[in-house]
Amino acid sequence: MRIPILKMYDLLLVSIQVELDDISALELQEDLLNKIHETTAKGVVLELTSMEIIDSYIARILGEIVSMAELMGTKVVLTGIQPAVAITLIELGIHLKSANTALDLEKGIEILNDIY
Amino acid sequence: MKTTNEVSIKNEWDIVAARQAGREAAKRLEFGIVDQSRITTAISELARNIYLYALPGKIVIEEIHKNNRNGLRIVAKDKGPGIEDIRKALEDGYTTSGGLGAGVPGVKRLMDEFEIDSAIGVGTEVTAVKWLK
Repeated sequence: MRIPILKMYDLLLVSIQVELDDISALELQEDLLNKIHETTAKGVVLELTSMEIIDSYIARILGEIVSMAELMGTKVVLTGIQPAVAITLIELGIHLKSANTALDLEKGIEILNDIY
Repeated sequence: MKTTNEVSIKNEWDIVAARQAGREAAKRLEFGIVDQSRITTAISELARNIYLYALPGKIVIEEIHKNNRNGLRIVAKDKGPGIEDIRKALEDGYTTSGGLGAGVPGVKRLMDEFEIDSAIGVGTEVTAVKWLK
């Protein structure tokens, strides 16, 4: 299951609306980095409102996406993490400290526009 | 009524199948949304542990009723290599093969009861319980 990546002006938008398995997560990582390279997007919003579960593996992949994109010169903002998911992640011991986050898609886009 | 659901873990998609079975069971028992997330995530960690380090194995999800309380028992059974030092495996960040680290000690924090039984060369059985409050 390939996750669609939408281009919106100079931003990329990914809304994860399916139950993310490990392989799809890895594919998304690669697809997104390629898309950043192709489009020279200045920022990426990873919209996570629909995700009912983020376990340690998926969290690690998300964290890696943030770091890899940053290495290329593009900022990633994670948006819409659900309360239950935030509670579970912190209890699990995962803090995703290096990631920019925002409450929702609009605020995520604002953050990216403020940076540049 | 006793409801048990078993999911064999053979590949990455079985991890998803196991946690979906867990979420359904948690919903059926009317766990709140946060506990649903804790249970589902715990199952995901245990299933991935099996997939990465200890194939073949399975996840057993069982509704339990004790002293007027309802709960969900998750048992992760594998015939993998076994854990040499269980205490060490429960330390945060400990991993034998450069893997995830967060997994097992994290599960202990997410659930109410937690037990590991392991024998070298035989396998490991992790039991975790969440009670409905």
